[in-house]
Amino acid sequence: MVTKLKEVDVVIVGLGWTGGILAKELTEAGLKVVALERGAQRSPENDYSLPNIRDELRYVVRHDLMQNTARDTITVRNNPQQDSLPMRRLGSFLPGEVVGGSAVHWSGHTWRWTDMEFKVRSNYEERYGKKSIPEDMTIQDWGISYAELEPYYDRFEYTAAVSGKAGNIGGKIQAGGNVFEAPRAREYPLPPLTPILASEIFTNAAREAGYHPFPRPSANASQSYTNPDGSKFGACQYCGYCQRFGCEANAKGSPHITVIPIAMRNPNFELRTNAWVTKVLKASDGKRVTGVTYTNVLNGEEFEQPATIVLLCAYAINNVHLMLLSDIGTPYDPVTQKGVIGKNYCYQTGATATLFFEGKHFNPFMNAGGSNASIDDFHANWDFDRAPHNFVGGYVVAGGFNTALPIGYRPMPSGTPQWGSDWKRATAKWYQTAMVINASGSVMANRYNCFDLDPTYRNAFGLPLMRMTFDYKDNEHKMGGHAAKVINDIAKSMNPTKLNPASARTDPWTVVPYQSTHNTGGTIMGTNPRDSALNKYLQSWDCHNLFVIGANAFPHNSAYNPTGPVGALAYWTADAIKNKYLKNPGPLVQA
Amino acid sequence: MKDASSKDAADKPATPKGSGFDRRDFLKTAVVGGAAAAGSTAAIVAPEVAQAQQAAPAAPATPTGYAFLNLDEAAFVEALVDHMIPADEVSPKGTDLGVNIYIDHALAGAWGKGDRLYMQGPWKLGAPSQGYQLPLTPAQLYRAGIEATNAHCRKTYGKTFDRIEDAQRQEVLVGLSTSKIVFDGGLPVRVFWTTLYQTVVEGMYSDPIYGGNRNKAGWAIIGFPGVIAVHHDDVEKYRGKPFPNKPVGIADMS
Repeated sequence: MVTKLKEVDVVIVGLGWTGGILAKELTEAGLKVVALERGAQRSPENDYSLPNIRDELRYVVRHDLMQNTARDTITVRNNPQQDSLPMRRLGSFLPGEVVGGSAVHWSGHTWRWTDMEFKVRSNYEERYGKKSIPEDMTIQDWGISYAELEPYYDRFEYTAAVSGKAGNIGGKIQAGGNVFEAPRAREYPLPPLTPILASEIFTNAAREAGYHPFPRPSANASQSYTNPDGSKFGACQYCGYCQRFGCEANAKGSPHITVIPIAMRNPNFELRTNAWVTKVLKASDGKRVTGVTYTNVLNGEEFEQPATIVLLCAYAINNVHLMLLSDIGTPYDPVTQKGVIGKNYCYQTGATATLFFEGKHFNPFMNAGGSNASIDDFHANWDFDRAPHNFVGGYVVAGGFNTALPIGYRPMPSGTPQWGSDWKRATAKWYQTAMVINASGSVMANRYNCFDLDPTYRNAFGLPLMRMTFDYKDNEHKMGGHAAKVINDIAKSMNPTKLNPASARTDPWTVVPYQSTHNTGGTIMGTNPRDSALNKYLQSWDCHNLFVIGANAFPHNSAYNPTGPVGALAYWTADAIKNKYLKNPGPLVQA
Repeated sequence: MKDASSKDAADKPATPKGSGFDRRDFLKTAVVGGAAAAGSTAAIVAPEVAQAQQAAPAAPATPTGYAFLNLDEAAFVEALVDHMIPADEVSPKGTDLGVNIYIDHALAGAWGKGDRLYMQGPWKLGAPSQGYQLPLTPAQLYRAGIEATNAHCRKTYGKTFDRIEDAQRQEVLVGLSTSKIVFDGGLPVRVFWTTLYQTVVEGMYSDPIYGGNRNKAGWAIIGFPGVIAVHHDDVEKYRGKPFPNKPVGIADMS
């Protein structure tokens, strides 16, 4: 039996960065908002506190803050010919499952995606011709511009305490920042983090090679900070336990210390934790949604929560899953290329070199989430001519450390024994004396990389798991090869005692080991309902009172981490709802 | 559904309860205060507390005994960890580090019993890129893998793994790690070895509260400081220089 509850103005599914931002903004606009979060509430005081938060086994290896795959997971295959099988435990990516979502355990890397992405097809066609884009590469323009989003990036960066150095303020190039970035209205709210030795020597080598290194912008407060909403941050302590952990110093830009507590203090807001949404309910005319059904996972009881507006703010993959389970929009078919729900799933690629320096001392356990220096010469730099290399997209290269904890990080030169005294001696010798240089690369959409519902496997609620079909294509292999060469040339110029060189990732994508929690696409934004699920305001083309907010809206994946545009789009959507939709409920863009 | 709304509970600060303001409460509030005190690292006192704790009398010896492993399995695991982690100038041997105890606890506990593991069929081996696909919990996998390895040892050397010569153990581990050994009965060697290896590493480098890394001797191998509280000033102070190798564990600060 399903208990029908009283209607509210807005129901939010998932309370991480996007849900938190929308909850704060819409309650302040006077709307009654209920958030349904499948995870539990944890607090910095009680859970992300010393000494227990400093536990690599619990948080990194056993995934304490992450989605529990025993209850819900996806099935995976590299191509449509393969049998799809369940991802039986997490590995390649780690969606969070807690109030605050993945933004509790992220590292804080915050980038501004620009017209390089938003106009990707136009850019490449204009410069290289229509034939430069492979036929099966289903990239398309996003329907939004950097100029539109700039104020919202600014808002997010100031909310999340991003530390960095601007490279371009109002068109004026700034020394020390990313000279390739798009113009920003003003500086970052906080100066860059203190560089560590590894990022320093990478910076010097990259500069000598003629590149343009800069400190990676990151939501790790380099100083104490009070954001424009009055949320207080402590200074980052470079504790080395950032990615996968909640921050005990309240120095990491996370919704559970910013927008969520503000919403919680607003009488218009109610949070229900342990509330697992199973379906978005469509109105009989199919043009609106009427609310959601959910299960209280503490006792199995089912509820219907009617709402005037429904906002899907779960992890990107789970947003797409809900759309497919709710039969909203036409599911995508890679054979006919008709339909849109499930289309253009993308991931990221990369390449890594490990450099060993006898005599150096890196103290790799001493770092912030963003203690790296980066170069953007092969991504945002549009002067980098892709034609001779024959790939679309680009990559960012970084040197430094991010969570170099000992179960997972014990660098050793290739050929070192895997056990015994020589293994132990090598472990002791190289832990302190090695550093890494890695590349994070874009993945262009491909017609065969997509989601649909799995025909066989089901979750704990008896619902079909979502099926992910994904592999890297020739475009990414070529880009990986280019990135590996750039990395290895920089590495060799640094004269390491030994080098495990970078190589292109050309094996099939695999669910182990961890690679990146940057899954994008599936319900993409665009200019028309024939090739996208959402309009530029992340509003469903099919049901105008449904908004689907997150990286699920990205039509392809960049080299950059996705949280910058995820946060900016959440503010953008909040403004669209407050200033446009409430005045005249209906499609905000005419199809 | 009101109970499921944790709005009230979440808004409350974690205030000390019961008879007094104990050390745990002190640590909690010290850290929260540190965040609010903004930039003042002096407010975060954990390292001093930790050092004071280190000077305290030694903790009672770790209780011995196994919660999961039977006699054969215990003999296998002890022989395995002492072969992989021999006593030398770098560290004590595997059993002296408690790696066998770590493994036993892990297998007896939630992880060993399949916590967070999606265990619904149908079952297919799939491609390596699809990850773990066996219808076994980690504890069942370990048990079957030890049995299969001992069967291989009996067939090849006439004795179980714990009774063969050191050179023969080496041969067996090379065979397991390269999948040159093929188990009778179909258990995939690669999956067993991956799990075995991962648990040995976890037993060396996880916090001592889990039974391994005894006396933080695993961390001492690499100079890993463990439960560090603040490094804000250390980034400059120790740039390019060794950091004092005095690891601190969770128990030292609890």
